[in-house]
Amino acid sequence: MTPGRSGEQAQFAASLHAMLADAEVPAAARRWAAGDRAPGLAVWRALATLGVTALAVPERDGGLGAGFADLVVACEELGHHAVPGPVAESVAAVPVLLAALPADAAGDLTGGDLAGGDLASDDLAGAELPARNWPAPWLAGLAAGDLIATAAMPPWLPWAVDTGAAGLVLLAADGTVRIAAPGARYRSVDPGRSLSQVTGGQLLARGPAVAAAIARALDAGTLACAAQLLGAGRALLEASVRHAGQRTQFGRPIGAFQAVKHQLADVAIGLEFAGPLLDVAAATLDGDDEHVARDVSAAKVACTDAARRAARTALQVHGAIGYTEEHDLHLWLLKVRALAGAWGSQAEHRARVMAAISVSAEGAGQDQGVETPAARQPVAGQPAAGQAAAGEPAWS
Amino acid sequence: MRLSGGPGEPAGESSPFRAEVRDWLRAHVPARPLASVDTAEGFAAHREWEHELAAARLSVVSWPVAYGGRGAPLLDWLVFEEEYYAAAAPVRVGQNGLFLLAPTLFAHGTAEQLDRVLPSMATADEVWAQAWSEPDAGSDLAAIRATATAADGGWLLSGTKMWSSRAAFADKAFGLFRSEPGARRHRGLTYLMFDLRAEGVTVRPIRQLGGRTGFAEIFLDQVFVPAADVIGEPGDGWRVAMSTASHERGMSLRSPGRFSAAAARLVELWRQAGGQDDTALRDRVVDAWIGARAYRLHTHATAARLAAGGSLGAESSLGKVFWSELDVALHETALDLLGPRAELASPDVDVDQGRWLDGYLFSLAGPIYAGTNEIQRTVIAERLLGLPR
Repeated sequence: MTPGRSGEQAQFAASLHAMLADAEVPAAARRWAAGDRAPGLAVWRALATLGVTALAVPERDGGLGAGFADLVVACEELGHHAVPGPVAESVAAVPVLLAALPADAAGDLTGGDLAGGDLASDDLAGAELPARNWPAPWLAGLAAGDLIATAAMPPWLPWAVDTGAAGLVLLAADGTVRIAAPGARYRSVDPGRSLSQVTGGQLLARGPAVAAAIARALDAGTLACAAQLLGAGRALLEASVRHAGQRTQFGRPIGAFQAVKHQLADVAIGLEFAGPLLDVAAATLDGDDEHVARDVSAAKVACTDAARRAARTALQVHGAIGYTEEHDLHLWLLKVRALAGAWGSQAEHRARVMAAISVSAEGAGQDQGVETPAARQPVAGQPAAGQAAAGEPAWS
Repeated sequence: MRLSGGPGEPAGESSPFRAEVRDWLRAHVPARPLASVDTAEGFAAHREWEHELAAARLSVVSWPVAYGGRGAPLLDWLVFEEEYYAAAAPVRVGQNGLFLLAPTLFAHGTAEQLDRVLPSMATADEVWAQAWSEPDAGSDLAAIRATATAADGGWLLSGTKMWSSRAAFADKAFGLFRSEPGARRHRGLTYLMFDLRAEGVTVRPIRQLGGRTGFAEIFLDQVFVPAADVIGEPGDGWRVAMSTASHERGMSLRSPGRFSAAAARLVELWRQAGGQDDTALRDRVVDAWIGARAYRLHTHATAARLAAGGSLGAESSLGKVFWSELDVALHETALDLLGPRAELASPDVDVDQGRWLDGYLFSLAGPIYAGTNEIQRTVIAERLLGLPR
């Protein structure tokens, strides 16, 4: 169990894991990639039954109004099982965006050229959504699992993912939210994802408060993506450990060789220490405090690095069989590659962390209320050499 | 719905205890650095400092009151450590005893041993060195050859102990000895405390990388130790020692305070040193900061779990590899930010640079001591991941 999580959260993760383990998700992901989304949508409906799609929807709109702390538990499990579809968008970013829009932005959509794209997806019952008194019906649809949503949010998300599965496609950028019309569709390195160019249609909302809602949605989606990456990393480690225990060469399981053991140990270390960053970012986002950007970006950086290390190592440990489409490993390997660059690059997130921690010496103090030595005492008598070693090594 | 609980920032951010520690340190940390703890003069000065700490009941806050502590929860100990490092207070000269021997005594010692050993350890009237390794027993600690031979009323110790931290000036030491002739590996070992000034003990200081004499070689020739200084049962030393080893790797020796304080200084150095266009260095600073934060969050969560009755086993190996690599990265990044100045080994010329260089040299030892990182990775792979032996 991840250190710091509650027993209830562990149980929630366990029940999701049990359901997804029985749902033959890898087969559904393969069908999804081949254009047959029915088995994948069945998984989504099962997730809705367990409340996953309602977590980020406010209670007044039929959701659970859960916190981000619970959302990351769910998204981690979705990543763990490589669930296809626009997870971070539909489970996190879009409901957060719609719920955070200012009240006066809501109303009836009349007179505009509503949709313009495949707003009414053929895959989803109830996708013919009323445009009246939005966004309440959309939120209710998301919570109930009747609606899957996706969004383009440039520059971090230049394309909308999986528009074919979505009954609602949004374009959120520059302080405006619009219904989006999907255009050219591209393949992703992850065969379970597709990337659609979109053009903006009906304007839904605009203004400074909308810009703030978009920023919050981006952080929510980034956090969900980080959680998926961490979960995918865990799955890759588990698969590697299984394979290394079964595959025999030179008369021994390859997992008995130190060269393999030590690589997998490093994977475990990376995942272990990314977890608390993810959870604290969720708590920060729940508190809507000033450190949201810093903590969400730190979580994305750490989860991405940990997942990438897990992916590289998993491929190496599996050898040639891992370099095939026949083996399910590729579902996780390629999802990690796709998500690593989605929701902001590593460089952008590191820059965001630096911007936050370097604004003041206080920010650098790791929130301990600890001032840095430089901030506290101006130079004279600055402790030096003899004391620098506080916490000196204890040998042998 | 909210499933009670995800962790936020660690508790205790603004506790009265934190304020007390901070205020006390601000008033008492010496303005000028003490002489190196690896000189006779510096060792004495550090002992004096420990007296001051102990007088304020701050030297061992998590110990029971009877032994000089406050009976404070583990979380308060973490708070103390964070403040201690942030204040750049002196090296804990007694740390081998405080963080390795004491936990062992709490787990395996007799009431008489606790009463006799702990109070003088808390005040640093007695400073302890550890004596684990031997010339041919490093990573392979079970290859220990130094012997304990039963004698009238106790044991006679003979052999060589190596890389013994603080032994040059310490008063006493503790370690494992082979007490059953012919017993192999983990069997027939006994955990003993002994007096470094006893007849038959010769200590040879060893100059370390960077010139200090931080550790020493101990030669033992028929050194008498009373039976009362056996910890646990004779022959059961391996099991007793492993509980100490877990403390050394995990919670006790490496509180996050050191890394949080270094990360804060590193960000400040980045602000001052410029290089704002160097995104490669920027990313290393950020990664070091993120690593220090991850270690802090993880440690606080672990402390909460332990406080709730959990135990710490092989997972302490995860932390040992993480913090030791992080420590090197933090200091290496700082030196790279300092550019040509990083080379200066005259701490008087540039005090802050001197601290980074010193910290760097010490950080290099981290992946080696307390069980090399290779040993730790093997522990992680076999005991946590379940890979075949």
